[in-house]
Amino acid sequence: MSDCGNCRNCGPAPAIEFPSSGPGNAVRQVSVALVGPPNSGKTTLFNRLTGLRQKVANFPGVTVEQHTGEAELPDGRSIRIIDLPGIYSMAPRSEDEQVAHDVLTGKRADTPKPQAILLVLDSTNLGRHLMLAAPILALGVPTLIILNMADDLHGRGGHLDAAELSAQLGAPVALISARQGDGIGQVFDFLAGAMPAPAPRELPVLHDVPKCREWAGRVGNEAKYHAPLPPVWTRRLDSVFLHPIAGPLVFLAVVVGVFQTIFTAAVPLMDGVHWLFDVSGAWLASALPPSIFRSLLIEGVWSGVGSVIVFLPQVLLLFLFLGILEDSGYLARAALIADRTMARVGLQGKSFIPLLSAYACAVPAILATRTIENKRDRTATILIAPFMTCSARLPVYTLIIAAFIPNQMLFGFLNARAASLLALYALGFLVAVATARALKSSILKSGHTSFLLEMPSYRWPTLQSIGLRLYDRSKIFLRRAGTVILLVTVVLWIAAHLPTHNGHAPPIGESFAGMVGHAIEPAIKPLGFNWKIGIGLITSLAARETIIGTMGAIYGMDPASRSQDLQHALRQDLTLGGAIAVLVFFAFTMQCVSTIAVVRRETGGWKWPIAQFAYMGVLAYAGAFLAAHLIR
Amino acid sequence: MLQLSGNNDRPEATLAELRKGDAGVLDRIDLPAEEARRLMELGFLPGARIIAGLSAPGGDPRVFQVDGSEIALRRETALRLKIRPDRKVAKLHKTSRLETASRTR
Repeated sequence: MSDCGNCRNCGPAPAIEFPSSGPGNAVRQVSVALVGPPNSGKTTLFNRLTGLRQKVANFPGVTVEQHTGEAELPDGRSIRIIDLPGIYSMAPRSEDEQVAHDVLTGKRADTPKPQAILLVLDSTNLGRHLMLAAPILALGVPTLIILNMADDLHGRGGHLDAAELSAQLGAPVALISARQGDGIGQVFDFLAGAMPAPAPRELPVLHDVPKCREWAGRVGNEAKYHAPLPPVWTRRLDSVFLHPIAGPLVFLAVVVGVFQTIFTAAVPLMDGVHWLFDVSGAWLASALPPSIFRSLLIEGVWSGVGSVIVFLPQVLLLFLFLGILEDSGYLARAALIADRTMARVGLQGKSFIPLLSAYACAVPAILATRTIENKRDRTATILIAPFMTCSARLPVYTLIIAAFIPNQMLFGFLNARAASLLALYALGFLVAVATARALKSSILKSGHTSFLLEMPSYRWPTLQSIGLRLYDRSKIFLRRAGTVILLVTVVLWIAAHLPTHNGHAPPIGESFAGMVGHAIEPAIKPLGFNWKIGIGLITSLAARETIIGTMGAIYGMDPASRSQDLQHALRQDLTLGGAIAVLVFFAFTMQCVSTIAVVRRETGGWKWPIAQFAYMGVLAYAGAFLAAHLIR
Repeated sequence: MLQLSGNNDRPEATLAELRKGDAGVLDRIDLPAEEARRLMELGFLPGARIIAGLSAPGGDPRVFQVDGSEIALRRETALRLKIRPDRKVAKLHKTSRLETASRTR
């Protein structure tokens, strides 16, 4: 205990007086930062405190995601909570950590220095996590030390004296379980300024890690910290999931299982959404007098936007699986199994997680590459992420596959349609791998990349965090359908109805849209595409799934017609080779303005996004050309 | 380079040589200061007892139990973590589990 006092780097004692209790603070909302090491359950607590009152944005000027939310106190006051990126220490290494550091020290002009801090630590691994307590408390901001995962600690035979720890640290301590909701009341008490605070204490802020760990160990001992036994179930599960033979098989089974379910289980839900659009469209058509407006609404908006929204259940299922894999802890094991493959192409296991999220959407995936410290690895990951089959491609694939691939079993267990879908996912992955290899052995060659991956204990994913994730995703998907896709559909509808002949819309082939389609037809003819597909290719520049709405509108679908009709119409226009060419084309192109924008921002210029768009475009054309000529 | 303890004369064992269930005591980290710091923040401190755990197929990367956590390292990194053998820990996985528990007490 002795060298604490002698340390020259002693921080000031934290003042434990909650600012909101003062009279002057009633006007401005109190903001509280949520800090902690990765895997401490910070986000679970954030969800618990804020529920649906949260939003995701970016910190201005950087690409680190800023999760903020409102926590409502029992007395009705609301407090702004910022969930900061995970940090191991106050010595930042990545941009994520830098942002967390700057917010905490009040160096960011856009984010006010938090008036209080909730420091979340994993109570099952207190010795190591406690190292963060000294530098955080030294900030001099009222801080509640939250020891999370109390259920695990007790379940595995560990214990600690929270009151003694509080006295040792000179700060209030709450032993909680964010997953179960136990002890959350203490967090609200602290936020309300109603938590008794112990006498402040000077803590050593040690920049030397071994000394810091020694200090943490001593404090733990004083607080009678008794580490829990190793998680038996995690060991048991790992002996299967990381088994030399069973491990890769499980990995494969998980991947195949996810795709099979996405294809089969989503069908009734999608039929349901389709039915809703049919019924509401028919009702609208009968309720409104015939007019240009009704035609725009029914043929343009309803059939265009509707044919995209139908795919919401499928997208949500994908996110449901990704969420379960991530929250349960399996994803880290998958990254471990995948690391060798990633290393072979010059990348690392850390690229695996952004690349896996790219299966949902390239935009968050590219944001997630921030955790890769090595800049060249990061750029390479950004450049290959859009090859991963994102959820916007899923509707396109589903539609074409359902129209052209028979619904039969291969080898008695694998649905031919699911197999085609899986093949497309594999195609994107393989091209990504080849691209990464080419990049990493040439322009983005880098030296040693160290790989550190923490294996969290397995946990049951909570309904709340999965639910919030799906809610968020639905919002984003519907917003896109309501903005970009709506706009494109309306523009398309207008272009398809002009110029008028004697007050009547022209046949689609003679409209402006048709003219554009005819103009590019020579270029896409070698791919087996006609001018109608050409219009779809142009509109899908905004977002890939727009092609479906476009084709729906072009085929002049009656709003009451079913998805079968679009499939029928496609079968008239495309040969099997042409259909495969469409699939290959969409597997490769970078048809997404959001991705282009985020790559520009992340790489700091137009150089990479332009090169990437051109590269992917050439590949798409060449791939589709081959498909159209090899498959007849 | 970060050197936490001397004795460079004899060839040293590294973490990469540990098989599943083996244990060793970390002697020093032979990596640039920044990388060494992150490893230390994760528990790879000189004097820490490290137990080799399961691995990806082919043995690389391998999971190491250190300071109450399980951290996966690639072989190339494990080669830079020099250890001295730890005789107190038996080679059995079960025994090492008990060791982890008693160590933290």
